[in-house]
Amino acid sequence: MTEFNTQDLITILPEFVFLGAIIAILLIDLFLKPAQRDITHWLSLAALALTAAFVCHGAPQGGPISAFGGMFVNDGVAVLLKLFVLLTSALSFVYGRHYMRERRLLLGEYYLLILFATLGMLLLVSAGSLITAYLGLELLALSSYALVALNRDSPTSAEAAIKYFVLGALASGLLLYGMSMLYGATGTLDLAQIRAATATVQYPNLLAVGVVFVVVGVAFKLGAAPFHMWLPDVYQGAPTSITTFIGAAPKLAAFALAYRLLDNGLGGMSQHWTLMLAVLAVLSLAVGNLFAIAQSNLKRMLAYSTISHVGFLLLGFVGANAAGYAAAMFYAVAYSITAVVAFGMIALLARAGFEAEEIDDFKGLNQRNPWYAGIMAIVMFSLAGVPPLFGFFAKLLVLKAAIDAGYLWLAVVAIVFAIIGLFYYLRVVKVMYFDGADAAQPTLVLPADLPLRWAISINGLALIVLGFTWGPLLDWCNRALGL
Amino acid sequence: MADWPLLSILIWLPIIGAVFVLALGRNPQAARWSTLIVALATFVFSIPLWSGYDAPAGGFQFGESHEWIRALKVFYALGVDGIAVALIVLTTFTSVLVIVGSWGSIDTRVSQYMAAMLVLEGMLIGVFAATDALLFYVFFEAMLIPMFIIIGIWGGPRRVYATLKFFIYTFLGSIFMLVGLIYLHMKTGEFSIAAFAQAGLGMREQTWLFFAFLIAFAIKVPMWPVHTWLPDAHVEAPTGGSVILAAIMLKVGGYGFIRFSLPVTPDASQEYAWVIIAMSLIAVIYIGYVALVQDDMKKLIAYSSIAHMAFVTLGIFIALALVREHDNPDAARLGMQGAMVQMISHGFISGAMFSCIGVLYDRMHSRMIKDYGGVVNAMPWFATFFVLFAMANCGLPGTSGFVGEFMVILAAFQDNAWIAAAAAFTLIIGAAYTLWLVKRVIFGEVTNPEVAKMADLNPREWIVLGSFAAAVLLVGIYPRPLTDLMETSVQQIVTALLVSKL
Repeated sequence: MTEFNTQDLITILPEFVFLGAIIAILLIDLFLKPAQRDITHWLSLAALALTAAFVCHGAPQGGPISAFGGMFVNDGVAVLLKLFVLLTSALSFVYGRHYMRERRLLLGEYYLLILFATLGMLLLVSAGSLITAYLGLELLALSSYALVALNRDSPTSAEAAIKYFVLGALASGLLLYGMSMLYGATGTLDLAQIRAATATVQYPNLLAVGVVFVVVGVAFKLGAAPFHMWLPDVYQGAPTSITTFIGAAPKLAAFALAYRLLDNGLGGMSQHWTLMLAVLAVLSLAVGNLFAIAQSNLKRMLAYSTISHVGFLLLGFVGANAAGYAAAMFYAVAYSITAVVAFGMIALLARAGFEAEEIDDFKGLNQRNPWYAGIMAIVMFSLAGVPPLFGFFAKLLVLKAAIDAGYLWLAVVAIVFAIIGLFYYLRVVKVMYFDGADAAQPTLVLPADLPLRWAISINGLALIVLGFTWGPLLDWCNRALGL
Repeated sequence: MADWPLLSILIWLPIIGAVFVLALGRNPQAARWSTLIVALATFVFSIPLWSGYDAPAGGFQFGESHEWIRALKVFYALGVDGIAVALIVLTTFTSVLVIVGSWGSIDTRVSQYMAAMLVLEGMLIGVFAATDALLFYVFFEAMLIPMFIIIGIWGGPRRVYATLKFFIYTFLGSIFMLVGLIYLHMKTGEFSIAAFAQAGLGMREQTWLFFAFLIAFAIKVPMWPVHTWLPDAHVEAPTGGSVILAAIMLKVGGYGFIRFSLPVTPDASQEYAWVIIAMSLIAVIYIGYVALVQDDMKKLIAYSSIAHMAFVTLGIFIALALVREHDNPDAARLGMQGAMVQMISHGFISGAMFSCIGVLYDRMHSRMIKDYGGVVNAMPWFATFFVLFAMANCGLPGTSGFVGEFMVILAAFQDNAWIAAAAAFTLIIGAAYTLWLVKRVIFGEVTNPEVAKMADLNPREWIVLGSFAAAVLLVGIYPRPLTDLMETSVQQIVTALLVSKL
């Protein structure tokens, strides 16, 4: 172990600041009345913004900086992912406040659990060793289990939380088992040292088996088929505001987990895991797109759509090269920015006693509110990957990564499923634009929460703007990976 | 004015105008007028494009190039040759008439309809003006969104089925092209269409790319046997949607063939030209017969569009065969020129025919032939126009329909007399289904009392049909300006065909 020094503390300063802020919010919240919960809300947003400022300030100028003997790494990937994790977490606070208040769920716990989950993601994103990765992952996962169960009177939430917990624990167990094999084979927990040791390891088969378990664990966390079983139930069962959070930021963290473990740690074993990921991608694309067609619940449909998007994201990994990871990272960012507004729209239309989570609840939205119908249509076309929206360019990059890596067949499979997937996104547009509103539908009352309405509008329009100006983001992703 | 980024203005003026029209929201009259002003302004801006294009020099002019995505070498690159100029002017001209034509017939959510039309116009111009493949693809796909909305909201009873079929079918085709474009990007490192044309490709690669392009453009044209989305889309679309679809959107397919298939995969195109020629001849004859038995006017014109567009694909690939196999570039130029004239001419004629049916539909709310008969008695002026367009549709000399088809058949003769004979069948079948339509709808006894009550053309309809009629006659009687505009560009395309990539 190296000596303790202040440089280590400076490297991890954003996380420390964030932790301090969380503890302060925890204490302040104890003294607040429920009517004053807005203070917690704004303090939480301020904490996220402050952390983002520290992340920017601490961005490494040259190569990666590692601290605590390699346990913690601060590099371009970490900075980029942390900023977007903080952004999407902040957006889910903005989108969720009204929803939670109407259901009397706007508790201090809601804020604190999300903040702790975010802290877990920040750690995970910067993981330099198996221990840090696992610590961050568990902090994220345990907070998420509790978040799903936050509405404890709802049996579906409780069911979803238990499923999430059991399957999540299983996944953690598999991952941990795989990690133990990596440790057994290489004798180190440090990812960079594992990578260096792969060529000379004494028991390569043990390492290969470890890789299988790690891939399974990562696939569980990403929600790639056939390890996706938890995802639809959790997305549907959790309160919409929680789904807004779980559906967006943790995808960035899951990308980071995959990148840190598979590339930083096991890059030398890529010939073993690329084909596994290709198979996972095909299965995810098939399961996600085919099952989504059958759904009538929008949250469940979006859950299956997430699975298919994970399939697309994995296309970036099959080449096991930096350009591919950059494409996958771009995809993860694009997806999380789009998913957060998709779930945010459901939260926007929902109100006490009405969840607005069935696809039919969007019937005739264009007649009742053309503006938000337009935003939702943008989101759907972007998820479907129709140019000139942001989602298309993300798909373009991962398809290009797969083709460049020689996986032309995989790219063709992906686009075939993209065509199938187009149908269910178009169905949402169809319901909003081509169907008339039912007489039985409750009248549309939009919340007076102006930050919510503004944020959703800006977030939706950003999908168009980013469709024209995605170059800088791509450059940033490429730079982060040293291209 | 020479330094203005004319093409960018033409693309973005309607799109920005659409945002403005949408903002007008609830006032339909204001939306109509502002849309008309935007469309007219766009048309006015397209005139210097025509007059300023140096036709004898040929090549791509009015070029604009800005770096868009540095990492992938994607450029916002625009430029037009003579063919693209003609198609852009066709687009701006037709768009004005469509907006005038939908003045009274669209009365729900007017601003959204008008905005969708303007966005569509901008994207169509973008497709014709793009010289960067990714930019082309973005416009190529993005135009599906406004059309999807137009058919889906303002369409007929089965509009949802029709519009989903339209969207998914065309998306299916173009996404394979995307894989082809990414592959070409891997080979060349950039997305410029000119670089793709220079790329050295083996026969195997060319074959795959050729079929990837073929799926995309064949569905768009549409060619037999992937045409089935078109009759559904046409029947359910509102009149304005049908006009844009037939007059301009189908041309994107033909334009794609000359922009991508021929220059990028010339050898595979030669190898499989017979496939396209066979598919085109089947479309001319078989689809002609299918048109004959339709009892829905819009469906009849939709099928007739497929048959007429087959002349475009026939002309393009006959030209290829003539250059490559008969070493006859003069005849090849004739065929290619004919195909291009046919594109423009069909734009006018199909636009006019669908507008005519729209005029009838606004009065009777029926598209069935059996509901009409003796329309000439109630609407003599309308009947005059309708008969003129019908004559043009069957290729009567003196109308624009004659010029293109005649040139293609002449060129086909140089290749193979049998192909020419089969193509010439259109003169019989086309006359049969069109004239029979005229007989049943326009002439004869007034059997339906509703027909007798129909009022003749109002001034707005006069403007629309009169403008189309002027265009049809002008191109028919004096096609020189049009052929001169495209001559050098066609020549350059044909010359480029001589170079093998193998």
